[in-house]
Amino acid sequence: MPKNVTVEELKAKAKELRVNIVKTTNYAKSGHVGGSLSCADMLTALYFKFLNVDPADPKKMDRDRFILSKGHAALGYVPTLAMAGFVPMDSLKSFNHYESCYGIHPDSRKISGCDASTGSLGHGLPMGVGMALGLRYQGYKDSKVVVLMGDGEQNEGSVWEGAMAAAHYKLDNIITIVDRNKLMIDGPTEQVMGIDPIDKKYEAFGFKVISCNGNDMADVDRALTEAWENKGQPICIISNTEKGFGVKRFQGKVAWHYGAIDSDMLKEAIADIEAL
Amino acid sequence: MAEGTAWNVYDALKMASKEIYGKVLTELGKENDKIVGVTADLAKSTNIGNFGEAFPERLFNVGIAEQNMMGVAAGLAKTGLIPFASTFAIFACLRGGEQVRSDIAYQNLPVKIIATHGGLSFGASGSTHHCTEDIAIMRSMANMTVVVPADGFETAKAVRACVNIPGPFYMRVGRGFEPPLHEDENFDFEIGKAINLHEGKDITVIACGVCVLQALDAAKVLEKESGISVRVLDMHTLKPIDEEAIMKAVLDTRRILTVEEHNTIGGLGDAVASVIAQSGKGCAFTKLGIPDEYSVIGPPEDLYARYKIDATGIEETVKALLGKEIEADEDWSDED
Repeated sequence: MPKNVTVEELKAKAKELRVNIVKTTNYAKSGHVGGSLSCADMLTALYFKFLNVDPADPKKMDRDRFILSKGHAALGYVPTLAMAGFVPMDSLKSFNHYESCYGIHPDSRKISGCDASTGSLGHGLPMGVGMALGLRYQGYKDSKVVVLMGDGEQNEGSVWEGAMAAAHYKLDNIITIVDRNKLMIDGPTEQVMGIDPIDKKYEAFGFKVISCNGNDMADVDRALTEAWENKGQPICIISNTEKGFGVKRFQGKVAWHYGAIDSDMLKEAIADIEAL
Repeated sequence: MAEGTAWNVYDALKMASKEIYGKVLTELGKENDKIVGVTADLAKSTNIGNFGEAFPERLFNVGIAEQNMMGVAAGLAKTGLIPFASTFAIFACLRGGEQVRSDIAYQNLPVKIIATHGGLSFGASGSTHHCTEDIAIMRSMANMTVVVPADGFETAKAVRACVNIPGPFYMRVGRGFEPPLHEDENFDFEIGKAINLHEGKDITVIACGVCVLQALDAAKVLEKESGISVRVLDMHTLKPIDEEAIMKAVLDTRRILTVEEHNTIGGLGDAVASVIAQSGKGCAFTKLGIPDEYSVIGPPEDLYARYKIDATGIEETVKALLGKEIEADEDWSDED
């Protein structure tokens, strides 16, 4: 059951997360800052309101599962886990460093609270389908599996193999989210390899589709609330976002898919985020 | 099986390895409700369907989607289950190969991949359905145990044994009925321990899979007709490989022939060669297998003969290897 947290409280948390993302990018020297900022509101709402997870008992069987299928957004995910109490805040300073638990893509065997190692795109939904089937078979009826994917990731055929199976097995315990930030490494998704109409595609695959503005916390809250109450079919949330959201220099810029933040840029980024 | 299975030895002698796999898995399913199955429209062909008939709610057929199959297997394992994943060997190691590597092996999950139609066993289907790369691929994935059993009895024992291995497991069996190597189930089988099937002092033939019986037949003929004493090692576990048995063979016989239904690059031969090379001990050595090319179409028996991995080919190669010059110094005791 989602916790009783207000949109205002979540908005404050999302700001804090964005600050932690840019700080961690600075510690890490460089990283996928654009795609981490775009999904920061979704990560915040999931970890501070919706997901049934417990840092004191990170492996409890009846928990909800979360898979960061767009594994390159570990820079957004690991600070979220730190803020939620799964890993020490101070440990973020080691991001990308030699023998760190945290690199560009998350390793489930090294990060408390991380349910799946990801990085190669198109792997999260199949693993999520397996988790959803496994939980259902073992009687964990209230546990949900949330899979956060990128929009460029939708090019991968294995996404659609997983989607077909999720609908075939009527997995209403699975919630997929597409972080529709509209940019991939080589440019706009619709120029590199178009995915639209992505909502119609998921509908045709048997999903209930919910669209939202993924950078508007009230709308994110509405979409996740609807998803959590759903019964009978898998869910796909199309979370319309802006890559780099919150930092003007990064917003909507292909070049900021991956980049480095020096100390001056960090000050500027934090000022932008605080003014949100 | 000593563990009390519902099928008897008489049946086992007439069943293909994959049929035995289906039956043993079903037995295991009764004992352990954590065991589940995954397949990709090959429930019948791989015989995992046998398990599905007994436990319909525990076999997940994902359709013709091997990447998804391996990802789903990883996800099931993440919830504490022990998934058996079955498809043809070529699809297990290549079509779903990255999922095997990054979802299963990297996360060290207890997914048991039982791949059928390995090697050249799907003869008439041609190279798209032959699989002469899987040992090389699976052996190079960290955390993976790799087994190629010689017959149905070994398959049964390996399927039981793999449940107790905490990490990922890959086993390759054939397509149809391959004559049994063992007469019954009364032999010791331990993952990682080669079986010495025939004692010999002139040369050791190390084989896996269907080639083991061929090697044994060759050894018997060579002994009877030519007085050549051949040791035959059944190297059913490719990883971790039995280094002790290999080195004992090198020291005792000084001549080693490996035989496998696999590309000669990266398989049993290279695994054995690596052990020998790193030991610093020299020996005469030859690998038999599929040369570095795509295999031709035809009945498996004809293909085995073509690539000299049948008894006749092994006999010829043993004779040639016995004529090969090796280092004269027989005394290695001073080299330690």
